[in-house]
Amino acid sequence: MKPPPFTYSVPTTVADAVALLVEHAEEEPRVLAGGQSLVPLMNFRLAQPGHLVDLRRVTGLDTLRLDGDHLVVGAMVRQATAERSPEVALAAPLLAEALGHVAHPPVRHSGTVVGSIAHADPAAELPAVALALDAEMTVVGPQGERRIPAGEFFLGPFTTALAPEEILTEVRLPRFPGGHAFVEFARTHGNFAVVGVAALVAVEDGRVSRAAVAASGVAPTPVRLAAAEEALVGMTGDDTAVEAAVDAATAGLDPAGDVHASAATRTDIARVCLREGIGRALRRAEDRR
Amino acid sequence: MTELQDVTLTVNGRRYTLAVEPRRLLVDVLRDDLGLVGTHIGCEHGVCGTCTVLVDGASIRSCTTLAVQADGRTVRTVEGLGDGAGLHPLQEEFWDKQGLQCGYCTPGMLMRALEILEQDPDPTPERVREGIASNLCRCTGYQYIVEAVMAAAPRMRLAAPATQPTTGAQA
Repeated sequence: MKPPPFTYSVPTTVADAVALLVEHAEEEPRVLAGGQSLVPLMNFRLAQPGHLVDLRRVTGLDTLRLDGDHLVVGAMVRQATAERSPEVALAAPLLAEALGHVAHPPVRHSGTVVGSIAHADPAAELPAVALALDAEMTVVGPQGERRIPAGEFFLGPFTTALAPEEILTEVRLPRFPGGHAFVEFARTHGNFAVVGVAALVAVEDGRVSRAAVAASGVAPTPVRLAAAEEALVGMTGDDTAVEAAVDAATAGLDPAGDVHASAATRTDIARVCLREGIGRALRRAEDRR
Repeated sequence: MTELQDVTLTVNGRRYTLAVEPRRLLVDVLRDDLGLVGTHIGCEHGVCGTCTVLVDGASIRSCTTLAVQADGRTVRTVEGLGDGAGLHPLQEEFWDKQGLQCGYCTPGMLMRALEILEQDPDPTPERVREGIASNLCRCTGYQYIVEAVMAAAPRMRLAAPATQPTTGAQA
């Protein structure tokens, strides 16, 4: 099918974009970045916004920069650009690794990093990355700018803490001094994953000093697996410690079964992804030293 | 009807200025407004890849791109491959190696293959196989498509100076 009719605006500043969302509030407006989630939904008429605010001409939103210990990704930075960026490789290699799993290159050429996070698909890779890294979301609305921690951002499937008149203008990813890994299981390469795992581990003096683990596809939102993190910290990171962390993480999981995988299968796949992800992050953390 | 938007596209070297409804998909504007029906419409949600075209040199799904999003940009479609007198080496090799049966996926496959070879003029078969995983073909099992792309690669390397795209040739 084709998108139903809507009115359209192309502002050049964030302030104008917010004003347009306010002005068209009655028409259930949506913000358009790369469109790789929104346009398919509009083609199927699962989304029927009365007004679209296209961010493509807003100055400053296509910048990808380092700000101290943070990688700052603007709302119009394409996934393919981030994937190839030396700044991302240096400051957020977890993001670069996860991007390789996001659909296929022709989709990543258009799709944006921030748009995928704002879309908040519980099976998507980038929300789990934001959660694992303790990202901060910079949000601009009629009352000005605020920052939302990733841990408070994802509220449900396709539902975030963004108000209807707010725009997610950038995502700030703190540098994690350690090893990383993004591991997922998908039925076919490039499809949405059944389960994905983002793992970050730092090692000091032979013991895990810090760990952050998040998973997609196991709950209505991406989830941090605090039990796994606690199980890892202070341990030497041998196979027994990894297995204990996997046990701790999956003990708290209660995924819903669906046509792609039953609840039990999802938990089993999560175990495999966790084992591989934590193990790879540990090896990389040790290699860094 | 919603207000029309002015859109300027340079398609296969030719510049077009159009007034389009914002809800129009790029693939529909290419096919219906410009008559370039080589680009096919398949799944309409970015999965199958038959609508793949190059925008500013990068492959995109024209079925999940609004025409307004391509305003001011340069588009290459399958019609831009041949020079009018003959087929492009990729097209000839698809023909020769039977890289198609029903042909529905072919315009997208050709444009994606073109991008792969422009990025990597001497790819391994594995690189080609992984690269075209973005596009679905239900007839060939992909093997003949990979063979066609591999056969086109050395021909495109030889012809490289002559196959540079000509843009802005005509207003």
